[in-house]
Amino acid sequence: MTASWNRIPRVEHAAEVTLNARHQPLPTVPRPLLAHGMGRSYGDVCLNPDASLLHTRALDHFIAFDPEAGLLTAEAGLTLDALMRFSVPRGWFPPVVPGTRFVTLGGAIASDVHGKNHHHAGSFGVHVQAFTLRRSDGSVLNVTPGDTPDWFAATVGGLGLTGLIETVTLQLAPVRSAWMRAWSERFDSLETFWELDARAEREWPYTVAWIDCLNPGADGRVGRGIYSGARHATTEPAGRGYRERLRGVPLDPPVSLVNRLTLRAFNHLYYRQPVHPTPRAVHHLPWLFPLDAIRHWNRIYGRRGFYQYQCVLPPQAARDGVQALLDTIAASGQGSFLAVLKRFGERPAPGMLSFPRPGATLALDFPEQGGTTRDLFAHLDAIVTEADGALYPAKDARMSPALFRAGFPRWEEFASFVDPEFSSGFWRRVIA
Amino acid sequence: MNRLQRVVIFGATSAIATAVARELAGRGAHLFCVARDAERLDDLLADLRVRGDDRDARRIHGALADLADVDTHAAIWEQASEALGSNIDAVLLAWGNLPDQATCDQSVEATLDALRVNGTSAIALLARIAPDFEARGHGVIAAIGSVAGDRGRQSNYTYGTAKGMLATYLQGLRNRLFFSGVDVVTLKPGFVRTPMTEGFNRTGALWAEPERIAHGILRAMQRGRDVAYLPWFWLGIMTIIRLIPEYLFKRLKL
Repeated sequence: MTASWNRIPRVEHAAEVTLNARHQPLPTVPRPLLAHGMGRSYGDVCLNPDASLLHTRALDHFIAFDPEAGLLTAEAGLTLDALMRFSVPRGWFPPVVPGTRFVTLGGAIASDVHGKNHHHAGSFGVHVQAFTLRRSDGSVLNVTPGDTPDWFAATVGGLGLTGLIETVTLQLAPVRSAWMRAWSERFDSLETFWELDARAEREWPYTVAWIDCLNPGADGRVGRGIYSGARHATTEPAGRGYRERLRGVPLDPPVSLVNRLTLRAFNHLYYRQPVHPTPRAVHHLPWLFPLDAIRHWNRIYGRRGFYQYQCVLPPQAARDGVQALLDTIAASGQGSFLAVLKRFGERPAPGMLSFPRPGATLALDFPEQGGTTRDLFAHLDAIVTEADGALYPAKDARMSPALFRAGFPRWEEFASFVDPEFSSGFWRRVIA
Repeated sequence: MNRLQRVVIFGATSAIATAVARELAGRGAHLFCVARDAERLDDLLADLRVRGDDRDARRIHGALADLADVDTHAAIWEQASEALGSNIDAVLLAWGNLPDQATCDQSVEATLDALRVNGTSAIALLARIAPDFEARGHGVIAAIGSVAGDRGRQSNYTYGTAKGMLATYLQGLRNRLFFSGVDVVTLKPGFVRTPMTEGFNRTGALWAEPERIAHGILRAMQRGRDVAYLPWFWLGIMTIIRLIPEYLFKRLKL
């Protein structure tokens, strides 16, 4: 059974087929269709209950690479992991990477993913030069931002609904090293976070903050944490190779290992970890993808799975809104290992349904605990709505149609580009 | 350690062979890839040329052939020898399909076809190329068999027969070529998530990704292993399966 990373919802599909080659007509399986790459989204944007999934993992061929210009063309099932194994030794880096490198290029376009460098580089779609889109009428569109801006804007962030993305041409970014210069610093309140962020953002292309969402800080409110900044190093540290030490969660615990007790302890210890205010060399893998070293980390939440809640609040509402969200979460006692706060930059995302926009984005994981979790989300939704914010479709298994439409006002314009034979669980849910 | 600098891959668009070819291309090897479908072969060659920094197509070559048809073998082997020069380090035989046992049970034709695609055609190619390796006195011949060849089971014994026949042939060939310094490697993958096994429930610890199998294949070829179960734990599983007495085994639903 194919599930998404958070294992909610659990659904059955009418058919699942693996696409083995491009230049093929769409397979004859029950409609509607949906492409499914690595299944790393959290919810039902990558699921198509009672309909069909087209697995794209075998569409992973490189097509062309210009080593002088850093321009790469590949099939859309290629993962960022495979891309980086190839490109980093050759001095090129993906322009934008999300928190895991186990996503496909097609998925990165469909969710118009963002990374810790959003305030410098914008979203993934900004760097996409072209892609091909196979439609159910048999046509294959060559889409570029210049020649077919409407199809480009519909498909970037378009959740795979405009057709099958087959090939992608991506502009990579030059790097001189596989290592990064990185620093970290504790902050004892949200107020200090905003000060740190204002200081760091110009000089450091990658920034992110982890928030202790359970234990109060200096001002008596939740909002203390650790701020990290990094940039690609210009040299390799002498004599230091890097080998990722893989760990794994071998099986599903019968109940979630994430509970009040473990969360409070974890957050406290994490806050107390040594920080490194002076920049030092860190390999890009642990800095950009700390969780990728723990295979199947989603299993710690047990069989019931978990939710991720990621919202963006516009600049004028960000300070008060983030504090209100954290206060609400702390009061509920339901916390998260992974509370991540990041300020988005001004660079506009190209998609009609792109999630990144100026403001601050907060992401948290919550174990599925039925009614108490739903009550908490209702409170958080109210704060997001009040602030004119939006929830991230790629991290959503439960937002209401009203919240979706409020957060993505171009949804009606987008709907006219949806392929009549493509759909997803998410789309049917928010359009109902 | 055997060099894998000039390698011919027969059935190169199969998932496992593609993973092997990609790894070799990334190491800068010269490759000759044989496959049946023109578009898929072109896609693979383009992919390998990017990975191997071979923009002017000097190291990565390919040709079309339906290798289940033994009449194609002579010309293809000649082309490969021309493209890579006469000092080919290694060959990997990787074509095949997974016939439906229920269909074979109802059809003599389907049974013989499955034996040809997965067994006799591979043996025909081995018989053709062995003298060249013997004459040169070095190199590696590797072929993908299957754990299914270790014991006949009602669920896939036609496929198992073909792979068992191949394994026995390789055993004899290994014995013959040992005296010329040529390594013959029998590869026995277990359950692999490839298009061939689509439709199975492929969750669980026994299922492996093609990249992992490819890694094991390259190690076995470099080291000149005789028989390699991939991943390694299949040796244990198949040892137990082989040890079950036949009067019991025939009563099992495997």
